[in-house]
Amino acid sequence: MQKYSIFNLIKNAFSGHQKWDLAWKDATPKKKYDVVIIGGGGHGLATAYYLAKEHNITNVAIIEKGWLGGGNMGRNTTIIRSNYMHDDNALFSEFGMDLWRKMSQDLNYNVMFSPRGIINLAHSDAQMNVFARRGNSMRLNGIDAVLLNREEVKEIIPMADFSDNVRFPIFGGLMQPSAGTARHDAVAWGYARQADSMGVDIIQNCEVTGFDVVGGKIQGVRTSRGDIKVKKIGLCVAGSTNILAEKLNMTIPVETHLLQACVTEPVKPVLDSVVTFGAGHFYISQSDKGEMVMGGDLDGYNSYAQRGNLPTLQHVLTEGIAMMPFLSKLKMLRTWGGIMDMSMDGSPIIDKTHIEGLYLNCGWCYGGFKATPASGWTFAHTIAQDRVHKLNEGYSLSRFNTGHLLDEKGLGTKTWIS
Amino acid sequence: MLNIKCPHCGMRSQNEFSYGGDATIKRPELNKEVSDQDWDNFVYNRKSLRGKHKELWQHISGCRQWIKVERDTATHEIFKTVKAHEDI
Repeated sequence: MQKYSIFNLIKNAFSGHQKWDLAWKDATPKKKYDVVIIGGGGHGLATAYYLAKEHNITNVAIIEKGWLGGGNMGRNTTIIRSNYMHDDNALFSEFGMDLWRKMSQDLNYNVMFSPRGIINLAHSDAQMNVFARRGNSMRLNGIDAVLLNREEVKEIIPMADFSDNVRFPIFGGLMQPSAGTARHDAVAWGYARQADSMGVDIIQNCEVTGFDVVGGKIQGVRTSRGDIKVKKIGLCVAGSTNILAEKLNMTIPVETHLLQACVTEPVKPVLDSVVTFGAGHFYISQSDKGEMVMGGDLDGYNSYAQRGNLPTLQHVLTEGIAMMPFLSKLKMLRTWGGIMDMSMDGSPIIDKTHIEGLYLNCGWCYGGFKATPASGWTFAHTIAQDRVHKLNEGYSLSRFNTGHLLDEKGLGTKTWIS
Repeated sequence: MLNIKCPHCGMRSQNEFSYGGDATIKRPELNKEVSDQDWDNFVYNRKSLRGKHKELWQHISGCRQWIKVERDTATHEIFKTVKAHEDI
């Protein structure tokens, strides 16, 4: 594989940039693999990368129904954070933060990681108390957290509405300075390029049509491009998990819902951190191109349509304008929708299943993108060693049965306030 | 915008309704031994079908009655709405 460097950039300039190697090859499926990862999104690509890098398992195929990174990997709002209170979520996410910080060097691909900080706004004394508690919990787990008062918040986001006559006045906020954003496509492409260079086959336009399960063990997978013999399958198909679970005769604690996001026209730099509204579900950041990137609530009913409905968008943007009134002057450039795995307690599942050789990675709710490296790393460990890692112990499938829920914020299939 | 025909009030916009999830889930019978698995299936496990989906809605800003709706989860087309006690 050609290394991306200033020297290679100059060298290739002489041939008019016509002779760069392809970043990854378009593989055709072989008859047999050691591991098949279903789903060529961020989590699937990261899993294949860490299988090869950490566990020397390279006879691996990623099969993807559409194109690489074309699902939620291309539809998220690129926020990276670890501002969780519960130990299982906090330690998992903070492990991921470390991988994010090293990612561009590790993948030899600029993922444009930008640790610009995230501020969760508080709108009452009670909310400030809750944030103080969460901030302290974060710091006990080694995560940076700063409790900001009203004046300190005003210094960072002076464009927010700090007038007295508002329904939800800003009392302060909880900030994680090391949180931030990254370039989502670059993450997918970076993982794909490295995985491919280590021998992983990336097979696009290949839909799973069924599974061969004999005596409770995985024997193979049937696809639109032929049958593949394999003993270990990793499912990384957030948004389509229910569909594949049905093919496996499994019923899982996940519902599939629609979540929208949108961007405005690009404007000059105005917002240099990620900000979330504390009185509803709305968050905003500014992309490197200058667009204001915004998102909020689920549409609220089961859906597989990758497009949204206007009432929810109107509701979300009303919150946005309440928080930052200048947004009302901007034109909307694009809106889009993605389909989410909404787990019943709002936390993901990375676990083995009752079928030997079938591993499940799903239920990412609102937070799939930031988990990409940690999810790939722990899922690769779970598949390679056939046991969960300490970091994803809490994300078990059985926790719903045993009552060990990870209900971080009371999020789940129901929208927050509805 | 979904337009949902409330069997009590007629065609209304989705803004008047609140979603109640899968209508085929049955609560385990009272006064009988209920296994953990049965509770699990009742409380957490869902099929979340792609295509025709039978679901509950409440006409929260209207007559406040619960209704059953048959809707396509891929196209959002609504085929049928009935009162909560009727079969769909």
